[in-house]
Amino acid sequence: MSYQTLLYSLAVLGILGGILAAVLYLVAQKFKVEENPLIDEAEACLPGANCGGCGFAGCRALAEACVKQAAEKGNIDGLACPGTDMNKVAAVLGLTAGVFEPKIAVVRCNGSCQNSPSKVHYEGADICAFANTLYAGEGGCSKGCLGLGDCVKKCNFDALHIDKETGLPVVDPDKCVGCGVCARTCPRGIIEVRPRGKKDRRVYVCCSNTDKGALVIKNCSVGCIGCQKCLKECPFEAIEMRGNLAYIDPAKCKACGKCAKVCPRGSIHAINFPTPKPEVQTEVKPENTVTA
Amino acid sequence: MNPIKTFQKGGVHPEENKLSADLPIQDFPMPKQIIVPLGQCLGAPAECIVNKGDRVLTGQLIGTAKGFVSANVHSPATGTVAKVDVVMDHTGYYKPAVFIDREEQDEWVEGVIQTDELLTDIKLDPKQIIDKVKECGIVGMGGATFPTHVKLMVPEGKKAEYVIINAAECEPYLTCDYRLLLEKTQEFLIGVKILMKGVGTSKGIIGIETNKMKAIELLDKTIKEHPDLYAGIEVQPLKTKYPQGGEKQIIKAITGREVPSGKLPIETGCVVVNVASTYAIYEAVQKNKPLIERIVTVTGKSVKKPGNYRVRFGTPADLLIEAAGGLPEDITDIINGGPMMGKSVSVTNFPCMKGTSGILLMTLKEAQDRRQTNCIRCGRCAKACPMGLQPFLLHKVAKLNDFDETEKNHIMDCIECGSCEFTCPANIPLLDYIRYGKAKTGAIIRARNQK
Amino acid sequence: MNKYTISGSPHVHSTENTRKIMYRVLLALVPALLVAIYYFGWYALRLTLVSVAACMLTEWLIQKFLVKGPFTINDGSAALTGLLLAFNVPANLPIWMVIVGSVVAIGIGKMAFGGLGKNPFNPALVGRVFMLVSFPTAMTTWPKAAPIFQAGFFTDAVTGPTPLGILKESGVGALVKANDMQFLDMILGNRGGAFGEVCAIALLLGAIYLIARKVIDIATPLSILLTVFIFTGICWLINDEAFIAPWYHLIYGGLILGAFFMATDMVTTPMTIRGKILFGVGVGIITVVIRLWGAYPEGVSFAILIMNAFTPLINKAFKPKVFGVVKPSNK
Repeated sequence: MSYQTLLYSLAVLGILGGILAAVLYLVAQKFKVEENPLIDEAEACLPGANCGGCGFAGCRALAEACVKQAAEKGNIDGLACPGTDMNKVAAVLGLTAGVFEPKIAVVRCNGSCQNSPSKVHYEGADICAFANTLYAGEGGCSKGCLGLGDCVKKCNFDALHIDKETGLPVVDPDKCVGCGVCARTCPRGIIEVRPRGKKDRRVYVCCSNTDKGALVIKNCSVGCIGCQKCLKECPFEAIEMRGNLAYIDPAKCKACGKCAKVCPRGSIHAINFPTPKPEVQTEVKPENTVTA
Repeated sequence: MNPIKTFQKGGVHPEENKLSADLPIQDFPMPKQIIVPLGQCLGAPAECIVNKGDRVLTGQLIGTAKGFVSANVHSPATGTVAKVDVVMDHTGYYKPAVFIDREEQDEWVEGVIQTDELLTDIKLDPKQIIDKVKECGIVGMGGATFPTHVKLMVPEGKKAEYVIINAAECEPYLTCDYRLLLEKTQEFLIGVKILMKGVGTSKGIIGIETNKMKAIELLDKTIKEHPDLYAGIEVQPLKTKYPQGGEKQIIKAITGREVPSGKLPIETGCVVVNVASTYAIYEAVQKNKPLIERIVTVTGKSVKKPGNYRVRFGTPADLLIEAAGGLPEDITDIINGGPMMGKSVSVTNFPCMKGTSGILLMTLKEAQDRRQTNCIRCGRCAKACPMGLQPFLLHKVAKLNDFDETEKNHIMDCIECGSCEFTCPANIPLLDYIRYGKAKTGAIIRARNQK
Repeated sequence: MNKYTISGSPHVHSTENTRKIMYRVLLALVPALLVAIYYFGWYALRLTLVSVAACMLTEWLIQKFLVKGPFTINDGSAALTGLLLAFNVPANLPIWMVIVGSVVAIGIGKMAFGGLGKNPFNPALVGRVFMLVSFPTAMTTWPKAAPIFQAGFFTDAVTGPTPLGILKESGVGALVKANDMQFLDMILGNRGGAFGEVCAIALLLGAIYLIARKVIDIATPLSILLTVFIFTGICWLINDEAFIAPWYHLIYGGLILGAFFMATDMVTTPMTIRGKILFGVGVGIITVVIRLWGAYPEGVSFAILIMNAFTPLINKAFKPKVFGVVKPSNK
């Protein structure tokens, strides 16, 4: 093999590569789109999942809107990414943002396979939106979770998965950003996006069925029967009745947990409270048993 | 007999299983309490106009139609309203209904002619006929329950050339229309005449499948015996193929015209009405009787005594199943309607309504094997589709939530007959995904049109 | 209380399923297999059994360890690929080569794309072409057909060229001289070639059964055969010194096997009749071009694989006419 050939090849290809690189660089410089560097910095604060929870077509679009509004109005009110501390974005843009309230998705149904035993057996396409048109649900409750996982499939943050034992979707609090895609996907409107609450404590009625109590009892042992005990107990008037279903208004609720204690069905769930929450079937622990 | 016609595109041949074809219609007694649902038709449910404690007569109006596409509901019995509450109907959801505690004897409302005599003179004019059909709450009793008076109102600029009676009854197992044709032939033919007068045409064609030869011969004979009375009515035998009873398919078979995509049958000059609805129209127009009963076929391979029963609405289905010999052991599916388009039901005590053409009890052996395997792209579904669609493509695209593609591939033209899923060798639930796609695509199109 | 099933309609089903379709095709290939054993003895049977077993084992192993999904070896499609692959090789091929071919056919040709129904190329042909390119000598050394009572059942057969081989190497004259043009022998299979493709009558018997049972459509095979016939016919009419008569082209090589059993594979071929006809015309043209002017003596495998690549486009172009839709240009 001749070293001359090698040298010639290297030289030709090297020079060609150099010329082309130079051309590409010059063209990139000449036709560069002048963009505000702040957009890149704002975008860096956002999660980058393009979930659409902010109402814009992706994180970059939200970053552009923030920069634009900051320049025009001097604030970023009304623009928020549910999964980001907007104070960071405000800091990058040189502004002060309002108080940012983190949110989380909440599944308002506890009709698990144990609480709402299945009376029929479903076979067909595993799409909740379709099964919803066929029947009320394996347990019989017309507002109960169908368990086929439309919400799981739509979540962009991998924050939902169906628990194999209960058949209900479980929200992972570390991953959920409260973007609301699951709430919009659920054909029965069971999932709600609520504030995480101070110290991550929140109280909500874990039922979506507005039917009369007698009907609810037929199908589920933990559904809300509309007895209104919680409404009477609440010191902040945060509970209202929607049909025969109690609903806790997150704006008024101060997370005291009193309603959860008086609910006879155990429909109200108080999350992350220090003392154990009351259950319908209280387990008698051996140490507490009084021996006669 | 006219030469046999059929539609060319697609179609499948499920087993006919007309087990109850030779069983005459029996009257079925009502229980002490009947539960009459208020939503017995397509469109908005009727608005209740009676209260707890009211005494109602047989045939009395208890629910008024709400909106344009809706139908009146009448009391099927004489008695006292026990309550107005919800009942689980065949859809699996709780729907509003009127609970009536019955008295033994029927006391009809004023104006109803109670004799069984055949009345051949049609005294009402076309507009009065349509008003009477609306007043008596007549709907499409083949299962779709579309309010018939809306169908009979021919829009401005269009003309009805034919009245086509859909006597195909292409669904396996069901024989309610067949028995009605055999036992109430003349009443039915007068009903056809009333329809012809109502829409303003002189031609009426009865499309009937060749597996009902007795009915074809009887109809032919009756028309021949009274040529002046039944002038303009003829019987058209059709090849036994599913879905011969589909509206668009029967129009194509009889007249050769295709209903344009997205439009109604009146575009081809045809008005298509079901046999049971035609008979109900005869009763309504000639005898002022509102729609309060229908023939229901109770059938199934393991049913001890299948039969065709004349049932008043509000009768719970489990009583009919008891009369048919009780619920057999090996039943996996209870179906309201026929096996191809009927709805599977969660409970046995749902009330019989205007659209309950049959109660089918299916055994495990017969029900569809739902073990799904991969699509092998054999194309049998596309060959079977009577609308010329490609179910293998539509179901895939609907699963992927690409509703632009579903619209482009004419998913809204699907008549949901189930021929595709019937032939699929891989047992894929094609129709489930297509229905899902249709619902979503339809919502997008409606939202777009409203803007 | 009995738990009833809730499902969407329809609630009944025809008796067709995938397994029945696959087994019917296997049944249709049995006559050809019997003839192959008659002419090529134990070697043909051995290769067939090894190929089928290797295909099924490959699919099972991949489903157990890689995919970790349900086992589908009972649906007959792996066995069918194995049988068709074996039919495409010379009877004296070493066993290990056909095992490699099976692994490639199922592993790369089918499972890598996601299993049954997801592969764009016919797996048996993928395996065959792989073997042809990797083991060129072994794949082109054809044993001469030796009827079962003349030679021993277990004897290694004498090798010789196939009619198409002679045609490619030495032209028409040599073929005529080699006395290989006894038409009856050609049809019955008393000639050199891959043991599955030699007997035209046995294959046609199977094909007629499949068409009568509505497993395959006659559109594709008919259009392939017609295209080849017309194309070679035109060439023969122009110059009958350089080209042989078209009816010989129909029975030589793997055309009948390919036309009726490979080009009708539902997964990799178009869905509509017009699409199938176009597919068949394409296969016919490419086959003849390769046979007459290409480097290989036989072109059916390559032709089918090339047209498989066009199938998605053909499917997009040819859609069935929708009921009630009138094209605006026709108004």
